[in-house]
Amino acid sequence: MKFLDNLWLALDALRSNLMRSILTTLGIVIGIFAVIAMVSIGEGAKSEITGQIEALGSNLLTVTPGRVSSGSSIGAFGSGTSLTQDHLALIEACPSVALAAPEVGSNMSVSVGKTSMITNIIGTTGPYAQIRNLGIERGLFFGTREEDAASRVAVIGAGVAEELFPNQDPIGLSMKIGNVKFTITGLLASKGQSGILSNDDVVYIPITTAQRRLLGARRGQLRAIYVTSKSEDVTDLAVAEIEQALLRDLKDPEAFNVSNQADLISVVEDMTTTMTLLLACIAGISLLVGGIGIMNIMLVSVTERIREIGIRKAIGAQEKEILLQFLLEAATLSLLGGLIGIALGATGAVLLSRALGWQAVVSIEAILMASGISLMIGLFFGVYPARKAARLDPIVALRHE
Amino acid sequence: MKHVVELRNITKTYVIGEIQVKALRGISFGIAPGEFVAIMGASGSGKSTLMNILGCLDQPTAGEYYLNNREVSNLSAAELARLRNRELGFVFQSYNLLPRLDAIHNVELPLIYAGVGLAERKERALAALERVGLTERAKHRPVELSGGQQQRVAIARALINEPKLILADEPTGNLDTASSLEIMQIFQELNERRGITVIIVTHEEDIAAFSKRILRFRDGLLIEDAPVVGKGAATHEISR
Repeated sequence: MKFLDNLWLALDALRSNLMRSILTTLGIVIGIFAVIAMVSIGEGAKSEITGQIEALGSNLLTVTPGRVSSGSSIGAFGSGTSLTQDHLALIEACPSVALAAPEVGSNMSVSVGKTSMITNIIGTTGPYAQIRNLGIERGLFFGTREEDAASRVAVIGAGVAEELFPNQDPIGLSMKIGNVKFTITGLLASKGQSGILSNDDVVYIPITTAQRRLLGARRGQLRAIYVTSKSEDVTDLAVAEIEQALLRDLKDPEAFNVSNQADLISVVEDMTTTMTLLLACIAGISLLVGGIGIMNIMLVSVTERIREIGIRKAIGAQEKEILLQFLLEAATLSLLGGLIGIALGATGAVLLSRALGWQAVVSIEAILMASGISLMIGLFFGVYPARKAARLDPIVALRHE
Repeated sequence: MKHVVELRNITKTYVIGEIQVKALRGISFGIAPGEFVAIMGASGSGKSTLMNILGCLDQPTAGEYYLNNREVSNLSAAELARLRNRELGFVFQSYNLLPRLDAIHNVELPLIYAGVGLAERKERALAALERVGLTERAKHRPVELSGGQQQRVAIARALINEPKLILADEPTGNLDTASSLEIMQIFQELNERRGITVIIVTHEEDIAAFSKRILRFRDGLLIEDAPVVGKGAATHEISR
C-alpha cells in the first residue's frame, strides 16, 4: 500500500466526521497558538526592553542603596537608605566619572485647577537630563541657579502635559505638587511605554526644592545616583573607583550597589527568558490536553470501525498497513491543528506587537518546532489506538456488529 | 497441480477458560481445481471454523493445510494476509462492503493492499464490476444498492486479484429467492466458464444443489462426502 493511498484514506476519514475532526483539532490549534503567541510576545518584549536599555548608552552606571547595615537600622524610621549627598560628592571625585546626578522622589498628586493626577516626582540636578538622555521638547531643564535658589520650577513629561494641559503649551503655566505651586519651565519629548509603565508620566524638579518643600523627613536620602563614565572604555574602571570610594565610607559592600547597563541587560534577559519559558510551559499543558483529546477520538474511531478493520484485514491488509492508516489519521489531525495554530499564533503575535509598538519576533525555529511538536503529538498519542486497531483478530472484528 | 485445497487431519480446539471446545476433530479432504463444493451442516458443526481456516483467517491447532500445494498452517500473520489478498476471494453472508466507499472503490480495495497503481486499479475494478453486471452502479454506495447488488459488488471484489479459489460463507443467507438464484448463477458461471474453484457454505439444500459435491459436517467431523446427483434441477431453477 502506498503512502499517498493512506494519506487520502486518512483525509477521507477525517472529512467524513468533519465536526468531530474540527473539535479534536481545536485542542492542538489552541495549544500551538498559545505557545507561538507566548514565545513571540516574550521575544518581542525582550528585544524591546534590552533595546531601550542599550539606547541609554553603555557608559551609564546606576548606584543604588543596598542592604541596610545593622548599625543604622536602629535609627529613626527611613534611615534605611544609605546614599546621601556626601556619597554623590565622593562619586563625582572619581577620576573616570564624567557626570553624576542624584535622584530623590516620591509619587505625589499634581494638580491644575480641578484636574489632578498621581505621578512620579523626581528631584535631581541639571546633569540628570544629559545622563538619562532626556529629550527636551520645549523650554529648558533646570540647572545650578534653580538648585541654589530651591526654585519652584518643574519640567514635565509628555504624559503629564497631556493630562493636565490638553492642547495647551504648558511652558510658563503653573501647577501644584501637593500644596506647593510650581512654574513649568520645560516639556520633555515622549519616550513611550516600557512594558505597562509610561515613561512620560513624570515630573522633574530641582533636588533642593524637593528636599526642602516636598519630602520632609526623607529629605536626606537619595533613591539613586546616576553616573556616566568618561567613555565606554573606562566604564568598568569607573565602577571599581566608585565601589572603592563608597566602601571606604560605608564599610559594608552590601550597603550599595553599582550596576552598569550590561548587568541590567543580562538580568532583564534572564528574567524575560524565564517568563517566556513559564508562559510556554503553561501553553504546553494545553498541547498535552489536545494530544489526549486526539488519543480519545482515535480510540472512539477504532472502536467504531472495528468491522471496517476486519474487512480490510480479511481482504489482505497487513497489520502494519492498518497501523499506518490510523497513525496517519492521528498525525494528520494533529499536524493540521498545528499549522492552523501557527498561522493564528503568528498573526496574533504580529497584531499584538503592532498594538504595543514592538517589533514582532516570529522565529522560523518556533514555527518548525511547533510543526514538529504537533506531528510528534499526533504520532505519540496515535500509536496506542493504531496498535489496537492493527492487532485486532480479523475473525472477531468481522463478527463485530 | 493435484489439489487447490488439501486438508490432512486438521483439528481446531478453542480453550475458553477451563473448558476445551473441539470445533474440528480431524478433518481430511482434498478439492481439485475447478470443483464446486458445498459445505453443509447444522450450527456448531464446525463449518464456520473450517471456513476461517480455509480462508487463512485462522490457523488449525494441528494438521496440515495445503493451499495451492503450499503448506500454510504455520505461516506468519503477514504471510497469511498476503495469501488472503492474492490467492483467495472471500464472499460473506453480510457482504462486508465499506459503507463510505462507492462500489468501484470497494472493488478496488484488495488492489490497494496489493500495491497496484491508481489507473490500473480503476481499470480492473471496472472490468470486475462489468463481469457481475453492475457497470452502471459503479458510483453507488452500498446503501443505494439492493442486497443482491451488494453481494455482486462483493463478488467483484473477490474476483479482482484473479484468485483460483473463491470461498463463500452463506452468500445467499440474507437474500430473497430471486437474488439468491442470481448470485448462484454468477458462481456457477465463474466455476464453469472460468474454471474457478468455488467452496460455498450453506444451510439450504436448493443452494447446495448448484454445486457438484457436498461435504456434510456434524460435531466437528466430516460425515458425508458425496457428488450432487440430479444436477438438472438447479439448472432448471436458473432458467425459470
